Amino acid sequence: MTTVSPQKDYREVAYYPGCALEGTGHAYDRSTRAVAEALGLRLVDVRNWNCCGAMEVKNVDPKLQTYLSSRVMSIASEEMGHDVVMAPCNGCYHNLKKAEHDIANDAGSAEVVAELSRKAGHATYQVGKLETIHALDWIKRTLGDEGVRSRVKRPLTGLKVANYYGCMYTRPRHIFPEKDKGPGSESTARPHFMDDILAAAGAEIVDYPLKTACCGGAHTLSDSDLSTKLVVNLLRAAEACGADVIATECPTCHSGLEMHQVRAETRFGITTRPAMLYFTQLLGLALGIGPKALGIHENVSSALELVRERGLA
Amino acid sequence: MPIHEKSLIRPENLTTHDKLEIDGVDVSGHWSTFIESRVLTDYNEALQDEVQALPGGEAVHRCWQCGSCTNACTVNAINPDFNPRYWIYLIRLGMEQELLRDKDIVWQCVSCNKCTHVCPRDVNPEGVMKALAHWLELKGHTARSPSTEFDEEFASQVFETGKIEESRVIRGFFRRTGQPLMQDWLIAMTRRMLRHVPVKLLLAMGLQGLLRPSTRSWGAARGAIRDYVARRERENRRALGLDAAAHQGD
Repeated sequence: MTTVSPQKDYREVAYYPGCALEGTGHAYDRSTRAVAEALGLRLVDVRNWNCCGAMEVKNVDPKLQTYLSSRVMSIASEEMGHDVVMAPCNGCYHNLKKAEHDIANDAGSAEVVAELSRKAGHATYQVGKLETIHALDWIKRTLGDEGVRSRVKRPLTGLKVANYYGCMYTRPRHIFPEKDKGPGSESTARPHFMDDILAAAGAEIVDYPLKTACCGGAHTLSDSDLSTKLVVNLLRAAEACGADVIATECPTCHSGLEMHQVRAETRFGITTRPAMLYFTQLLGLALGIGPKALGIHENVSSALELVRERGLA
Repeated sequence: MPIHEKSLIRPENLTTHDKLEIDGVDVSGHWSTFIESRVLTDYNEALQDEVQALPGGEAVHRCWQCGSCTNACTVNAINPDFNPRYWIYLIRLGMEQELLRDKDIVWQCVSCNKCTHVCPRDVNPEGVMKALAHWLELKGHTARSPSTEFDEEFASQVFETGKIEESRVIRGFFRRTGQPLMQDWLIAMTRRMLRHVPVKLLLAMGLQGLLRPSTRSWGAARGAIRDYVARRERENRRALGLDAAAHQGD
């Protein structure tokens, strides 16, 4: 049995990339691993993981999504002995947090998790065994703003960045008990961890009022016009704030912004300027990592062009 | 205006008279608009119970109509007819016919969770939207929405292999909804991706499409999940009074 130590070591954590980071979010996975290597942080992949259930399985049956997430948490804690799992994808992060909350507070969910775990032949996840953190928490807790600042080799000077957090990182509040706890903690209304990290990396952070607005990712294909409308709103607002770049922290938001930027152009003749980069790609550049190793050439928007033009590559 | 009067002021419920005098008072014209009198007889008294029986709808009875959900709603800002507060009100009163006027837009909820985040009564309006969308489809009031098709395509791949592969989900969704895969904007996007992406990576991605990513030793979990889904489907249909014969057989 593992015991949760009062002083956790976030320098070596279980790593849960999730399905999107093996597909469209490949560059996020690549840049996260490159940043970990450059900083001497260890990511131990969760063995034989499965999908967290995403929004789609939740829509079919929420308790089934809870079970799927709990299997990942059971492997990381019971089989691998970790007390922290880091998920860079907002969807995975949200779902693991939601599973922790639902198993602890809803007897029906706990029952379904126990039943399915038994039938599937693995240990049932025990509440409190594992702390789920986002890639932003991971950088904040291992380095902090000062730590980032001291390791910057190529500051992102003059790069104007709008930080986009999306929906799943902060809502709904009850699944994030550690947020809104005053100075130092993350805010659900005005999240700032990405702002802090990229400011420490030398970027000029613009005040972006839509940082937690929705990109319509749920209906990116099933109601594409609605998604395009929401994304155009986000892109135009970033432009109006003077941003060159929208920094992202979620593969679904990131690919949604890229896809619908192109769709708005193709279908409606609406062109928008901002390029999309994962925050790990921006942080990696500042740490002196090359753009290829960060997968910037895989981005659909004109990220590589922008980075070259600004002499950051 | 209280929300329960919303339906009364629709154009079809309003009348004005060019020339009308009642008890010696002139009530002609726009300033004397009348609301048609009406009697409601079509309550579905089981409506709230039915929505509560579906996943996500459990706490709909807790609503006290503060309107925070609609105020925060992403979709409402684009389409004012998308009104979670009003639909929750109608569910609680059993006003099924009034609810059915909006049956084709309920599925458009984007699950941004702004409503659930601000709800002071823990109603989980986002869940209620999903329960209501399921209710409409199960009762046969609407065809399966594109969102349901997407969810089921995605979920079936998770159940099958433990993981999804995105291009397979996209292909499956377009097939289910009878749309061509060669969408102009998808082609434009692929062209842009090809600007910098090296051939090696493209090959690796193509290979992933062929060799489906999957969780090892998934068989037992797959069986358990399928049993659970089938059981839940039976329970949901029974709660809505569908499949009465199956009920007797239990």
